Amino acid sequence: MARAVTPQRKAINTAAAWAVGLLIFFPILWTILTSFKTEATAIADPPVFLAFDWTLENYGVVMERSNYGRFLWNSIIIAGGSTLLGIIIAVPAAWSMAFVPSKRTKDILMWMLSTKMLPAVGVLYPIYLLFIKMGLLDTKFGLVIVLMLINLPIIVWMLYTYFKEIPGEILEAARMDGASLKEEVIHILTPMAVPGIASTILLNVILAWNEAFWTLNLTAAKAAPLTAFIASYSSPEGLFYAKLSAASTMAIAPILILGWFSQKQLVSGLTFGAVK
Amino acid sequence: MGQIQLNQVTKSFGSVEVIPPLDLTIEDGEFCVFVGPSGCGKSTLLRLIAGLEDVSSGMISIDGADATQTPPAKRGLAMVFQSYALYPHMSVRKNIAFPMKMAGIDQAEQNRRIDAAAKALNLTDYLDRRPGQLSGGQRQRVAIGRAIVREPAAFLFDEPLSNLDAALRVGMRLEISELHERLATTMIYVTHDQVEAMTMADKIVVLRAGVIEQVGSPLDLYNRPDNLFVAGFIGSPKMNFIEGPEAAKYGAHTIGIRPEHIDVTDASGPWSGKVGVAEHLGSDTFLHVHDTGLAETITVRAPGEVQLHYGDAIHMSPRAELMHRFDANGLRMA
Repeated sequence: MARAVTPQRKAINTAAAWAVGLLIFFPILWTILTSFKTEATAIADPPVFLAFDWTLENYGVVMERSNYGRFLWNSIIIAGGSTLLGIIIAVPAAWSMAFVPSKRTKDILMWMLSTKMLPAVGVLYPIYLLFIKMGLLDTKFGLVIVLMLINLPIIVWMLYTYFKEIPGEILEAARMDGASLKEEVIHILTPMAVPGIASTILLNVILAWNEAFWTLNLTAAKAAPLTAFIASYSSPEGLFYAKLSAASTMAIAPILILGWFSQKQLVSGLTFGAVK
Repeated sequence: MGQIQLNQVTKSFGSVEVIPPLDLTIEDGEFCVFVGPSGCGKSTLLRLIAGLEDVSSGMISIDGADATQTPPAKRGLAMVFQSYALYPHMSVRKNIAFPMKMAGIDQAEQNRRIDAAAKALNLTDYLDRRPGQLSGGQRQRVAIGRAIVREPAAFLFDEPLSNLDAALRVGMRLEISELHERLATTMIYVTHDQVEAMTMADKIVVLRAGVIEQVGSPLDLYNRPDNLFVAGFIGSPKMNFIEGPEAAKYGAHTIGIRPEHIDVTDASGPWSGKVGVAEHLGSDTFLHVHDTGLAETITVRAPGEVQLHYGDAIHMSPRAELMHRFDANGLRMA
């Protein structure tokens, strides 16, 4: 017998879900609230939640002092570029691992993932030297390459998992129907994998957008993305919490909006009903 | 045209040989059924013909031309899969059009063939739906439609009805048989269901462990099975096998008698026993008889309604002229 869902139970579940959700969201909410406070209110003790004089002053100062547009542009190029490049490399890789696996496929996947277990700082020195030698330091191209490499294992893993879900018989049917390998990928595999590819792209854009270790260490001024923009408010002139919060809010706003709008498309699956 | 010839074809997966050297010819326009228990290699054989698996050695020719190395797309064969394998992101119309699109057939001709196939398969009202919105039987018809429109040299069916419920299965069986009569195209059909094999085939190929046990028309196999395996596999309920002194009376190691070839007699008869389970089907009654001293159970098919129940003692009379005799190796004796 199915468990009875009483109104009380439903209310408790709803309340619990909201509590957890708010707990997770609270740091972001606090950052956004702080960005509208004066520096004095921002460090007031006890902290003020909503009852303060809302001001846009911080945003004005931040906009005046730094070129937000350039940081934003750099972030878009670096996050978008590294994801696009990663997808181009990972789709054929994941395709072959999912549909023509060898005995070593699982080992290769594990090995790829194992590179993510290495602390990034462990390879900072060699990569830094390589960047100097190759003239990639503080260039968007250099960061696109590094972030693509950092995220490639995750992209391949995600795509592999999605491709695995596509029944092999459908691809065989396409082959019987006269499709070449290219046509099979274009007409059958790609459309069926679109939700999977889309969520992979979204996740990797977010990862690359938020990546702070490499972007801070390998850029100075020209290629610096929004992570560097936030960092520039964290120390040099003492701590200005309200301005730091305003900069943070401006840095995370684009990605929050992107995530909000794309969540619905990502949920809907396409393969349902193809195979009994 | 669609004559398919297999010449010394073998298939191994690693060190396991699933198809030992095998020869088989399927004539143009023939309805050929591969039948056998699970794991007998019948699906593998079909996939070798389709080109979805590569042969380990030997030659496959289609209409006299060597097709052993030809990719599946170029063999001119159409396949209907057990899972239907429809394209979930395409409408029924686009699913059916796909092979024609790949073949570069012009739009007007595509539409003509789609409409004709949809009409023949009762799909006209569903052309704009997605596969997910169709029932199992409708999906199967779309898969068949997709196969028909490319006018293949031969159709390959891989257990196409096993996902359907019993009533639908009988209906689809008739539809496929009628389709074969109408198109007169070669069809190769894989099933583990001997009833499908018997009712649909011109020629049945009985397989066991990758080896062809017997090839013949349904009634050939029914009337003259080459060995015990074929005798036991073809026919439902299964043939009764009796060994020992009773078989020796007929000069055989094993005798086989089909349930429908044993008459139930009231008072006398050479065999006797007690009714175990009596299955009343209306048209027939299947009696499973114990304590016969011949075999653990003797199954008898009595026509019509027979008023016999658990524990009733009965006498049976086998029709000697319809008895099958097998030697110690399980092979048919002349």
